[in-house]
Amino acid sequence: MKSENMKKSGVMVFLKKLVRQQIFIPIAALLLLAVFNLINDPSFYKITYGYNSAGDPVLSGYLMTILDYGSELAILAIGMTLVTAATGGQDISVGATIAISGSVILRILCGTNSRPETLQAPILVAFLVSCVVAMIFGAFNGALVAYFKIQPMVATLILFTAGRSIAAWINNNELPIISDPVFSYFGGFIPGIPIPTPFFIAAACMIVTGLVLKFTTLGLYTQSVGINESSSRLNGLNPAFIKFLTFVILGLCVAVAGLIKVSRLSSINYSVIAKDIEMDAILAVALGGNALSGGKFNMTASILGAYVIQFLTTTLYKLNVQSDALPAYKAVVVIVLVVLSAPIVREKLSAFFKKINSKQRFKEVG
Amino acid sequence: MKKKVLAAIMAATMVLGLAACGSKEAAAPAEAPKEEAAAPAQEEEAPAEAEEEAAPEEEAAPAEGSGELIKVGIINNDPNESGYRTANDKDLKAMFTEENGYEASFAYSNKNDEQISSAQKFIQDGVDYLLISAADTAGWDSVLTDAQNEGIRVILFDRVIDADESLYEASIVSDMAKEGETAVEWLKGQGLSEYNIIHLQGVMGSAAQKGRSGALDAAVESEGWKLVTQQTAEWNAEKAQQIVQSVIDSGESFNVIYAENDDMAKGAVAALDKANISHGVGKDVVIMGFDCNKWALEELLKQNWNYDGQCNPFQSSYIDEIIKTIQGGGSPAQKTIIMDEKGFDATEITQEDVDNFGI
Repeated sequence: MKSENMKKSGVMVFLKKLVRQQIFIPIAALLLLAVFNLINDPSFYKITYGYNSAGDPVLSGYLMTILDYGSELAILAIGMTLVTAATGGQDISVGATIAISGSVILRILCGTNSRPETLQAPILVAFLVSCVVAMIFGAFNGALVAYFKIQPMVATLILFTAGRSIAAWINNNELPIISDPVFSYFGGFIPGIPIPTPFFIAAACMIVTGLVLKFTTLGLYTQSVGINESSSRLNGLNPAFIKFLTFVILGLCVAVAGLIKVSRLSSINYSVIAKDIEMDAILAVALGGNALSGGKFNMTASILGAYVIQFLTTTLYKLNVQSDALPAYKAVVVIVLVVLSAPIVREKLSAFFKKINSKQRFKEVG
Repeated sequence: MKKKVLAAIMAATMVLGLAACGSKEAAAPAEAPKEEAAAPAQEEEAPAEAEEEAAPEEEAAPAEGSGELIKVGIINNDPNESGYRTANDKDLKAMFTEENGYEASFAYSNKNDEQISSAQKFIQDGVDYLLISAADTAGWDSVLTDAQNEGIRVILFDRVIDADESLYEASIVSDMAKEGETAVEWLKGQGLSEYNIIHLQGVMGSAAQKGRSGALDAAVESEGWKLVTQQTAEWNAEKAQQIVQSVIDSGESFNVIYAENDDMAKGAVAALDKANISHGVGKDVVIMGFDCNKWALEELLKQNWNYDGQCNPFQSSYIDEIIKTIQGGGSPAQKTIIMDEKGFDATEITQEDVDNFGI
């Protein structure tokens, strides 16, 4: 009898520990979606092996779609997490800067002709230039936030409004189209490898981020600036520079995501490319259980959050939900998350759990 | 100290603001700034020009052809909006030049209120003709009445507005419903054994979406066709790709993709290519698009797509004709002029078509 009780309480402790873990939130959301799909239609998990029209082997199915389309979101979530942690605000211009970096890539690959037979420059060069450009735009946002002390959302509102026009201007308002099949590998498949390339790109970004966080003080400094700016300054950090740096890093993430986006269609449409992606990126950070007001962060949870959002999107598409209604469903998720993370709700919840616990103990004693 | 600096800056801003307002008013009677960037440069010479031009205009409100430039104020949507708009703007700019006897000023906005205020500005400038592609159908009555009182002729292009017909000379528009009907007729004529259609819609409620969806919906009803999915991809290629991807993943079979613009058709095709589903002439899936972008017509030429419906952005020749008629003392035969619009079939299209009709 006693041992059974012990076991029970052991499980309780374990569960409690799990629930307290930050990564619990995205995992719980993922499980919820997974179970829902399993009940609704088990064929959701079917993965088939086939060939694409170029004759290369590919894996396809909903799960591959999630891995594929969730990847650019995961990349953005990396940068967005850092920005959120350091500044306590979000960058809402990522969609517009993706349009800019995407146009830069196409501009360099195409030269002056909007429909070239051959590429005018190596893809790597175009990508590196777009990285630099995106980082400059990131630096612009960062400078406004860090040195001019403008609220992040207001500062990035500038590029949010102007970005797509800048993107159109870069290509003289033309819509370049690239016919070289190599360029489509980044958003599609590399011949012979049946897993979508964006996933590999995202994995590479994750590994780099993991190494940087482990071997440099970036993570620690970002968190300390986010938690208490003035005390971290008194401890010899330069909060302004760290905020600035997080925006530049986000710029780099944007360039990588931009490459995937333009590669998917080998073209660009300035007004709609990566539309509303900032919503999803911020949501990924929130779903990862990170406080949107800055401070501590958990990168793994954010990345998982990004894939969970794509999971949600794909599920909704599968259910034939009107695509213009998707944001409404995502908004529900945001509301639930924000309400759950509000201090007053947390207090009430913990009080509630304590009550249950004490009742149980009371029973045991009785 | 900080406060003082702030106060000084505020004061400076206000003074500058006043100055800016003043100069703008002065510049207004001259000509609307062609581009914002060019505005400061023009401002200096503006007042002089205004005085010179004011005199001849009082004598003859609508300038009488001979040698004198006809002043037109053109209000259009933002050329970045789409390939259609870019082509439309280019076409207008090519027509209304000094060589053709016009002096044109352009104003761009996707917002109705901004468009109306530019219209008021053009009226103050004393243009002879006002050409409008309205962002929204409502709210134009008073400004058009003002124009009429000043003797300014109004011609609408591309979009209609809710105003009394007497307020404008003519409107030159596309018939979106007819575009849809042409496409659906073509689809009927294909004689497929069954019709399982993926319908990708534009932004819901837009005129193009309504017209093009309406025709297909009617045919689905009457012919017993099956809509595998009917979704709005909001003119967005990425969204279209995801929607079609989702249908492919579900394993449902389909053999027609009816996309309401070329971008969405392109996104759909990208998803098909990934899944090795063949498309085009004589293949598994029939691809239909709209707008006749040049690259889309090239896809037709390669027989990767089957059909592309035209949405004609080249209104300028029609407008030019109407202006010539009015200048000659006549009046246009009809109020509403519907432009010729074709539908291209991949089996019949030629390189010449691509060059002539691609936008």
